[in-house]
Amino acid sequence: MSSLFNVFDISGSAMSAQSVRLNTTASNLSNANSVSSSVDETYRSRQPVFAAEMSRAQNNMDNTENVGVKVLGIVESDKPLQVEFNPNHPMADKNGYIYKPNVNVMEEMANMISASRSYQTNIQIADAAKKMLSRTLRIGQGQ
Amino acid sequence: MAISFDKAFGVHPQAIQLRTERSEVLASNIANADTPGYKAKDFNFSEALSGARHRYTTSLERTNDKHISVSSQMNDGLQFRTPNQPDTGDGNTVDLQAERNEFLQNQVRFNASVQFMTDKISSLKKAIKGGQP
Repeated sequence: MSSLFNVFDISGSAMSAQSVRLNTTASNLSNANSVSSSVDETYRSRQPVFAAEMSRAQNNMDNTENVGVKVLGIVESDKPLQVEFNPNHPMADKNGYIYKPNVNVMEEMANMISASRSYQTNIQIADAAKKMLSRTLRIGQGQ
Repeated sequence: MAISFDKAFGVHPQAIQLRTERSEVLASNIANADTPGYKAKDFNFSEALSGARHRYTTSLERTNDKHISVSSQMNDGLQFRTPNQPDTGDGNTVDLQAERNEFLQNQVRFNASVQFMTDKISSLKKAIKGGQP
Protein backbone atom coordinates (compact mmCIF):
# COMPACT_ATOMS: atom_id res chain seq x y z
CA MET A 1 0.00 0.00 0.00
CA SER A 2 3.03 2.27 0.00
CA SER A 3 2.03 3.41 -3.49
CA LEU A 4 -0.90 5.36 -2.14
CA PHE A 5 1.34 7.19 0.29
CA ASN A 6 3.63 8.03 -2.61
CA VAL A 7 0.65 9.66 -4.29
CA PHE A 8 0.56 12.11 -1.38
CA ASP A 9 4.23 12.93 -1.88
CA ILE A 10 3.85 13.38 -5.64
CA SER A 11 0.70 15.49 -5.47
CA GLY A 12 2.13 17.44 -2.57
CA SER A 13 5.27 18.34 -4.52
CA ALA A 14 3.11 19.43 -7.45
CA MET A 15 0.97 21.55 -5.13
CA SER A 16 3.97 23.33 -3.67
CA ALA A 17 5.43 23.87 -7.16
CA GLN A 18 2.17 25.38 -8.36
CA SER A 19 1.97 27.61 -5.30
CA VAL A 20 5.48 28.90 -6.07
CA ARG A 21 4.22 29.68 -9.54
CA LEU A 22 1.19 31.45 -8.09
CA ASN A 23 3.49 33.41 -5.77
CA THR A 24 5.74 34.64 -8.58
CA THR A 25 2.65 35.58 -10.58
CA ALA A 26 1.31 37.60 -7.66
CA SER A 27 4.68 39.29 -7.30
CA ASN A 28 4.83 40.07 -11.04
CA LEU A 29 1.31 41.47 -11.13
CA SER A 30 1.75 43.63 -8.06
CA ASN A 31 4.96 45.10 -9.46
CA ALA A 32 3.65 45.46 -13.00
CA ASN A 33 3.06 49.18 -12.64
CA SER A 34 6.11 50.13 -10.66
CA VAL A 35 8.25 52.81 -12.28
CA SER A 36 11.92 53.44 -11.77
CA SER A 37 14.53 55.81 -13.06
CA SER A 38 17.24 53.35 -14.11
CA VAL A 39 17.53 49.98 -15.87
CA ASP A 40 19.18 48.28 -12.90
CA GLU A 41 16.51 49.18 -10.36
CA THR A 42 13.58 48.10 -12.51
CA TYR A 43 11.62 45.04 -11.48
CA ARG A 44 11.91 42.12 -13.90
CA SER A 45 9.30 39.42 -14.45
CA ARG A 46 10.09 36.28 -12.41
CA GLN A 47 9.27 32.78 -13.58
CA PRO A 48 9.83 29.47 -11.75
CA VAL A 49 11.55 26.60 -13.58
CA PHE A 50 9.97 23.18 -13.09
CA ALA A 51 11.77 19.91 -13.50
CA ALA A 52 10.54 16.37 -13.03
CA GLU A 53 13.90 15.64 -11.39
CA MET A 54 14.95 14.87 -14.92
CA SER A 55 17.72 12.36 -14.31
CA ARG A 56 15.37 10.21 -12.29
CA ALA A 57 12.67 10.59 -14.91
CA GLN A 58 14.98 9.39 -17.65
CA ASN A 59 15.96 6.27 -15.71
CA ASN A 60 12.36 5.63 -15.05
CA MET A 61 11.91 3.01 -17.74
CA ASP A 62 13.81 0.54 -15.56
CA ASN A 63 12.23 1.13 -12.20
CA THR A 64 8.82 1.81 -10.80
CA GLU A 65 9.82 5.04 -9.15
CA ASN A 66 7.52 7.90 -9.97
CA VAL A 67 8.53 11.46 -9.68
CA GLY A 68 7.17 14.60 -8.14
CA VAL A 69 7.79 18.12 -9.34
CA LYS A 70 10.85 20.06 -8.29
CA VAL A 71 11.25 23.80 -8.56
CA LEU A 72 14.77 24.23 -9.89
CA GLY A 73 14.81 27.93 -9.23
CA ILE A 74 13.29 31.23 -10.17
CA VAL A 75 14.69 33.07 -13.16
CA GLU A 76 14.25 36.69 -14.08
CA SER A 77 13.01 37.35 -17.58
CA ASP A 78 15.52 39.07 -19.88
CA LYS A 79 12.89 40.50 -22.16
CA PRO A 80 13.60 44.20 -22.83
CA LEU A 81 12.13 46.62 -20.31
CA GLN A 82 9.52 49.12 -21.33
CA VAL A 83 11.29 52.46 -21.72
CA GLU A 84 9.07 55.47 -21.93
CA PHE A 85 9.97 59.09 -22.68
CA ASN A 86 8.16 61.08 -20.03
CA PRO A 87 10.19 64.08 -18.87
CA ASN A 88 7.41 65.35 -16.61
CA HIS A 89 7.38 62.17 -14.52
CA PRO A 90 8.94 62.65 -11.06
CA MET A 91 10.97 59.41 -11.51
CA ALA A 92 12.36 60.39 -14.92
CA ASP A 93 16.15 60.20 -15.32
CA LYS A 94 18.21 63.11 -16.57
CA ASN A 95 17.39 62.27 -20.20
CA GLY A 96 13.68 62.25 -19.45
CA TYR A 97 13.11 58.47 -19.59
CA ILE A 98 11.24 56.26 -17.13
CA TYR A 99 11.60 52.46 -16.96
CA LYS A 100 8.73 50.04 -16.49
CA PRO A 101 8.95 46.27 -15.72
CA ASN A 102 8.83 43.70 -18.53
CA VAL A 103 5.73 42.06 -17.02
CA ASN A 104 3.11 40.95 -19.50
CA VAL A 105 -0.14 41.20 -17.55
CA MET A 106 -2.08 38.97 -19.97
CA GLU A 107 0.52 36.22 -19.70
CA GLU A 108 0.49 36.49 -15.93
CA MET A 109 -3.29 36.22 -15.75
CA ALA A 110 -3.20 33.09 -17.91
CA ASN A 111 -0.41 31.73 -15.71
CA MET A 112 -2.44 32.41 -12.60
CA ILE A 113 -5.50 30.55 -13.88
CA SER A 114 -3.37 27.62 -15.06
CA ALA A 115 -1.53 27.41 -11.73
CA SER A 116 -4.67 27.50 -9.62
CA ARG A 117 -6.36 24.87 -11.80
CA SER A 118 -3.36 22.58 -11.53
CA TYR A 119 -3.29 23.12 -7.77
CA GLN A 120 -6.95 22.12 -7.54
CA THR A 121 -6.41 19.03 -9.66
CA ASN A 122 -3.59 17.85 -7.46
CA ILE A 123 -5.65 18.39 -4.31
CA GLN A 124 -8.38 16.26 -5.86
CA ILE A 125 -5.85 13.53 -6.61
CA ALA A 126 -4.57 13.56 -3.03
CA ASP A 127 -8.15 13.44 -1.77
CA ALA A 128 -8.92 10.48 -4.03
CA ALA A 129 -5.83 8.68 -2.71
CA LYS A 130 -6.99 9.35 0.84
CA LYS A 131 -10.41 7.84 0.08
CA MET A 132 -8.80 4.79 -1.54
CA LEU A 133 -6.58 4.30 1.53
CA SER A 134 -9.43 4.52 3.98
CA ARG A 135 -11.40 2.03 1.89
CA THR A 136 -8.51 -0.41 1.98
CA LEU A 137 -8.39 -0.09 5.74
CA ARG A 138 -12.06 -0.98 5.93
CA ILE A 139 -11.83 -4.16 3.83
CA GLY A 140 -13.93 -6.89 5.39
CA GLN A 141 -15.63 -4.70 7.95
CA GLY A 142 -19.37 -4.54 8.37
CA GLN A 143 -21.97 -7.31 8.73
CA MET B 1 -13.65 -29.37 3.03
CA ALA B 2 -11.13 -26.63 3.57
CA ILE B 3 -11.86 -23.03 2.89
CA SER B 4 -9.19 -21.61 0.60
CA PHE B 5 -8.81 -17.87 0.98
CA ASP B 6 -6.73 -17.65 -2.15
CA LYS B 7 -9.49 -19.25 -4.19
CA ALA B 8 -12.20 -17.24 -2.51
CA PHE B 9 -10.60 -13.89 -3.23
CA GLY B 10 -9.49 -14.79 -6.73
CA VAL B 11 -7.56 -12.14 -8.53
CA HIS B 12 -8.72 -9.22 -6.39
CA PRO B 13 -5.83 -8.87 -3.91
CA GLN B 14 -3.36 -8.56 -6.79
CA ALA B 15 -5.78 -6.27 -8.63
CA ILE B 16 -5.94 -3.94 -5.61
CA GLN B 17 -2.14 -3.87 -5.38
CA LEU B 18 -1.83 -3.04 -9.08
CA ARG B 19 -4.58 -0.43 -8.88
CA THR B 20 -2.67 1.40 -6.15
CA GLU B 21 0.53 1.24 -8.21
CA ARG B 22 -1.29 2.55 -11.25
CA SER B 23 -2.77 5.39 -9.22
CA GLU B 24 0.79 6.38 -8.34
CA VAL B 25 1.85 6.40 -12.01
CA LEU B 26 -1.18 8.46 -13.00
CA ALA B 27 -0.69 10.88 -10.08
CA SER B 28 2.87 11.38 -11.28
CA ASN B 29 1.60 12.20 -14.78
CA ILE B 30 -0.93 14.69 -13.42
CA ALA B 31 1.58 16.29 -11.06
CA ASN B 32 3.99 16.90 -13.94
CA ALA B 33 1.40 18.33 -16.34
CA ASP B 34 3.33 21.63 -16.40
CA THR B 35 6.87 20.22 -16.30
CA PRO B 36 8.82 20.74 -19.53
CA GLY B 37 10.17 17.53 -21.04
CA TYR B 38 8.11 15.17 -18.90
CA LYS B 39 6.74 12.13 -20.76
CA ALA B 40 3.51 10.54 -19.56
CA LYS B 41 3.77 6.89 -18.51
CA ASP B 42 1.40 4.03 -17.88
CA PHE B 43 1.39 0.25 -17.83
CA ASN B 44 -0.84 -2.30 -19.44
CA PHE B 45 -3.06 -3.39 -16.58
CA SER B 46 -4.17 -6.79 -17.86
CA GLU B 47 -0.60 -7.81 -18.72
CA ALA B 48 0.65 -6.69 -15.33
CA LEU B 49 -2.17 -8.59 -13.64
CA SER B 50 -1.43 -11.84 -15.42
CA GLY B 51 2.25 -11.28 -14.53
CA ALA B 52 1.42 -10.67 -10.89
CA ARG B 53 -0.39 -13.99 -10.69
CA HIS B 54 2.80 -15.91 -11.49
CA ARG B 55 5.16 -14.08 -9.15
CA TYR B 56 8.10 -12.89 -11.17
CA THR B 57 10.40 -12.27 -8.24
CA THR B 58 13.09 -14.91 -7.83
CA SER B 59 16.00 -15.06 -5.46
CA LEU B 60 18.95 -17.39 -5.09
CA GLU B 61 19.27 -19.48 -1.99
CA ARG B 62 22.16 -18.58 0.30
CA THR B 63 23.83 -21.52 2.00
CA ASN B 64 26.76 -19.52 3.32
CA ASP B 65 27.01 -16.02 4.76
CA LYS B 66 29.69 -15.18 2.21
CA HIS B 67 27.30 -15.73 -0.67
CA ILE B 68 26.02 -12.64 -2.32
CA SER B 69 22.27 -12.37 -2.11
CA VAL B 70 20.72 -12.03 -5.52
CA SER B 71 17.14 -11.41 -6.35
CA SER B 72 15.69 -10.49 -9.66
CA GLN B 73 12.39 -9.02 -10.59
CA MET B 74 10.73 -8.72 -13.94
CA ASN B 75 10.30 -5.29 -15.39
CA ASP B 76 6.83 -4.18 -14.45
CA GLY B 77 6.14 -3.00 -17.99
CA LEU B 78 6.08 0.75 -17.44
CA GLN B 79 5.83 2.36 -20.86
CA PHE B 80 5.59 5.86 -22.23
CA ARG B 81 2.16 6.83 -23.39
CA THR B 82 1.71 7.59 -27.07
CA PRO B 83 0.85 11.29 -27.16
CA ASN B 84 -2.40 12.13 -28.91
CA GLN B 85 -1.30 15.56 -30.05
CA PRO B 86 1.91 16.83 -31.59
CA ASP B 87 4.63 18.26 -29.42
CA THR B 88 3.42 21.44 -27.76
CA GLY B 89 6.91 22.91 -27.79
CA ASP B 90 8.17 22.01 -24.31
CA GLY B 91 8.40 18.23 -24.81
CA ASN B 92 5.62 17.48 -22.33
CA THR B 93 3.21 14.71 -23.37
CA VAL B 94 0.68 14.85 -20.52
CA ASP B 95 -2.94 15.19 -21.57
CA LEU B 96 -4.43 16.33 -18.27
CA GLN B 97 -8.05 15.49 -19.10
CA ALA B 98 -7.17 11.99 -20.28
CA GLU B 99 -5.02 11.35 -17.21
CA ARG B 100 -7.76 12.53 -14.84
CA ASN B 101 -10.21 10.29 -16.63
CA GLU B 102 -7.88 7.31 -16.26
CA PHE B 103 -7.32 8.12 -12.59
CA LEU B 104 -11.06 8.25 -11.96
CA GLN B 105 -11.65 4.94 -13.75
CA ASN B 106 -8.79 3.38 -11.88
CA GLN B 107 -10.32 4.54 -8.59
CA VAL B 108 -13.77 3.15 -9.43
CA ARG B 109 -12.30 -0.22 -10.41
CA PHE B 110 -10.26 -0.21 -7.21
CA ASN B 111 -13.45 0.37 -5.22
CA ALA B 112 -15.11 -2.49 -7.06
CA SER B 113 -12.31 -4.86 -6.06
CA VAL B 114 -12.45 -3.69 -2.45
CA GLN B 115 -16.23 -4.19 -2.41
CA PHE B 116 -15.81 -7.67 -3.84
CA MET B 117 -13.30 -8.56 -1.12
CA THR B 118 -15.61 -7.24 1.60
CA ASP B 119 -18.54 -9.24 0.27
CA LYS B 120 -16.43 -12.38 0.04
CA ILE B 121 -15.23 -11.94 3.61
CA SER B 122 -18.75 -11.57 4.89
CA SER B 123 -19.90 -14.68 3.04
CA LEU B 124 -16.91 -16.61 4.42
CA LYS B 125 -17.88 -15.42 7.91
CA LYS B 126 -21.41 -16.69 7.32
CA ALA B 127 -20.04 -20.06 6.23
CA ILE B 128 -17.84 -20.29 9.33
CA LYS B 129 -20.63 -19.37 11.70
CA GLY B 130 -23.01 -21.78 9.99
CA GLY B 131 -25.90 -19.37 9.98
CA GLN B 132 -25.63 -18.63 13.71
CA PRO B 133 -25.90 -14.92 14.47
